[in-house]
Amino acid sequence: MHTRFSEEDIAFRDEVRAFLKKAWLDNTELQAKVGALSTMREGMIEWQKALNAQGWIAPNWPVEHGGTGWSVTQSFIWDSERALAGAPSVMPFGLIMVAPVIIAYGNDAQKAKFLPRILASEDWWCQGYSEPGAGSDLASLKTKAELDGDDYVINGSKIWTTYAQYADWIFCLVRTDNSGRKQEGITFLLIDMKSPGVTVRPIETIDGFHHLNEVFFDNVRVPVENRIGEEGKGWTYAKSLLVHERLSIAEVADSKRGLAEVRELARQEVNGGQPLLNDPLFAKRLTDTEIELMALEYTELRALAAIAEGKEPGPESSLLKLQGTEVQQAVQELRMDAAGYYSQTLQGDLGPDQLGHAFADYAQKQYFRGRASSIYGGSNEVQKNITAKYVLGL
Amino acid sequence: MDFNLSEEQALIRDSIERFVAENYEFDKRNATVAMEHGFSSAHWQQFAELGWLSIPFAEEHGGFGGGHVDTMVIMHEFGKGLVAEPYLPTVILFGGLLQAGGSQALQADLLPQLIGGQLQGAFAYLERQSRYALSDISTRAVKEGNDWVLNGEKTVVLNAGAAQKIIVAARASGEQTDEAGITLFMVDAGDSGIDATYYRMTDGQEAANLRLTDVKAEAVIGAAGEGFGLMQQVIGDAILAVAANALGAMEALNAQTLEYCKTREQFGVAIGSFQALQHRMVDMFQACENQRSLLFRAVCAADAQSDDAQRSLHALKVMTGKAGRHIGGEAIQLHGGMGMTDELSVGFYVKRLMIINTLFGDMDYHQQKFIDLVNRPPAEAGASARPEAA
Ligand SMILES: Cc1cc2nc3c(=O)[nH]c(=O)nc-3n(C[C@H](O)[C@H](O)[C@H](O)COP(=O)(O)OP(=O)(O)OC[C@H]3O[C@@H](n4cnc5c(N)ncnc54)[C@H](O)[C@@H]3O)c2cc1C
Repeated sequence: MHTRFSEEDIAFRDEVRAFLKKAWLDNTELQAKVGALSTMREGMIEWQKALNAQGWIAPNWPVEHGGTGWSVTQSFIWDSERALAGAPSVMPFGLIMVAPVIIAYGNDAQKAKFLPRILASEDWWCQGYSEPGAGSDLASLKTKAELDGDDYVINGSKIWTTYAQYADWIFCLVRTDNSGRKQEGITFLLIDMKSPGVTVRPIETIDGFHHLNEVFFDNVRVPVENRIGEEGKGWTYAKSLLVHERLSIAEVADSKRGLAEVRELARQEVNGGQPLLNDPLFAKRLTDTEIELMALEYTELRALAAIAEGKEPGPESSLLKLQGTEVQQAVQELRMDAAGYYSQTLQGDLGPDQLGHAFADYAQKQYFRGRASSIYGGSNEVQKNITAKYVLGL
Repeated sequence: MDFNLSEEQALIRDSIERFVAENYEFDKRNATVAMEHGFSSAHWQQFAELGWLSIPFAEEHGGFGGGHVDTMVIMHEFGKGLVAEPYLPTVILFGGLLQAGGSQALQADLLPQLIGGQLQGAFAYLERQSRYALSDISTRAVKEGNDWVLNGEKTVVLNAGAAQKIIVAARASGEQTDEAGITLFMVDAGDSGIDATYYRMTDGQEAANLRLTDVKAEAVIGAAGEGFGLMQQVIGDAILAVAANALGAMEALNAQTLEYCKTREQFGVAIGSFQALQHRMVDMFQACENQRSLLFRAVCAADAQSDDAQRSLHALKVMTGKAGRHIGGEAIQLHGGMGMTDELSVGFYVKRLMIINTLFGDMDYHQQKFIDLVNRPPAEAGASARPEAA
């Protein structure tokens, strides 16, 4: 047992650093694009295209489809260095969620049609799972698909669809059969967002920026060739996707950066004549979180190492999701506390410096946005139910 | 011992409840917050007519002569309804300082205007570097002839946009963090030497950063160099007020969450039937009752000026932050995706609670003060550290 880096690992790390410097750190124009709401989509596509040009866009894919073939250590190095540089990870819906499903269960035509476009960020994807009546109880979903000639005709609605307003495609769970158990009769479809009958309604959120939507389907025709796998087997495919989604939600490297950021701020903030970092109560909470994060980091590495040995990621992904989001939320709380009374100010139309504090506005946005991480990807309560049942056998 | 409201207090409570029911339905509140300065001046006039602006002030100036319990009743109801009007900055802080330290002439001039609803005020005490330390003040006050002239910067001044008069804490002498030497000055908000940057807080209320350049003070509040004690006293009252406001917000969140869990169905049953969630809601209830108990304790101790007052005040502010964050987080979580939307009022209540945690020192700040207080050696501490009832 060891976690030493080999010489090749160190060479790889240097290569990663050089790439990040050129493609991200020195590219302030791109950083500004990604950072501003109005240009975020464009910026993310540009960033992902740069990753693709480097061949590093899809570490989780099999090599024959464009994956990197990295070892666990290399993946770890990449993600740590990326987060340290403050560079974003990729939009997950295409690369991390639907692509593994297409690879595992799609036919050759689907692979040829969709995978290269996902790699090249030609299409923006969104995830159409949840419905108003089907959240935690996802399998009770009702959006109906009826076969009519070579098309399915879709009626119903999806909710909480992240970035549907930008999306070219949506992968959807639809109901093709009502007769059996609710997990049966679900079908996995890929739907072109430009199809007639698709409308998107924005949902306003507590973090003040537009990411959530409701998507309505009114007699939308979807060719049967856009069905993944067999009709009625969508639940199996959907669950495999959720495992990948949960693994990606832990965001260990980003929490490390977040914590370092808070620590730096707490060093500068003066609290009763001392740096806030020396405040015993604050320091206790900061280091509590750091210790949790140190454990999480190794839990994740253990999981990734197991996957690398060919084991399927299983219910343990629930644990990573739980612990990962708890740490994220703790970091967000600390950031808010460090920003003090500035933490609840809104920038509005002011310039970034005009509020007078680096974390003004930002701290509360991160906090309120972060409340969602214990809700999406299967809520943390649901993860505990899964762990109790499938890991502990209760 | 009696934890009941007097008849008069119950009447005030009922009239605010009616006001909230009529004016603070979700969409109406959003429209109010969207107004200039984040509140409705028509509501404010109504407050004046109903006598709510007179509550803490002496009868000789047209006040009601109320105590801490009366203010608690008002702020509690305002918290339940998430009322946006600037009762805290104008009545509690500005009015409180005026009453505690203003000259008789100044009080006779301004308090009736305030009570009548014509005068809005603000209190500028925070600075960029001060964090929660009240004595950390670098804004300078220099005497030139008969005038005091102020220079410096104040931050996150609530209600500065609507206020006609602002009380500014500035340093007339001493080092940056000395308690002695701080003086409170009344300035005219329209003074050409004040350069303001306005913005909103997360709950919609307006605040500003103020840069003061050669601003001439209109009056000194309290004795020159002795502003710190005044600030402490009035901020003590303000802590009771915001803690009552927080209690109202917590109750509203708990009620909404409970209702949601009873009606939202997943897996064919109400989610409130899951024991995992039932325990969570019991914890929320428990946190809210802890807040209520410490609020009553601190209010009674303040009214009785008991030895337990300071310790209770710190305990209350710690609990306000802790319970507020707990209940706020759980309310969002138990609403699932709905909790993340601005289509329910949940998020707005949570934001109010987060702001209250940062007002007048957050939970860590007051816990440290609490530690300092109870850890004093017995001789020095006297009776004050012993936990007898108020
Ligand atoms: C920011 C955000 C982005 C999202 N993005 C997407 C997206 O792109 N695509 C998509 O399809 N969905 C998305 N979702 C939806 C997300 O997956 C659902 O919100 C989630 O599954 C919870 O469902 P719900 O909101 O209906 O809450 P509910 O299922 O109604 O849950 C309400 C509360 O009850 C609890 N609960 C439910 N069942 C149980 C139980 N059996 N035991 C104990 N507690 C229980 C929940 O944990 C929660 O606290 C997103 C959600 C958010 C907040």
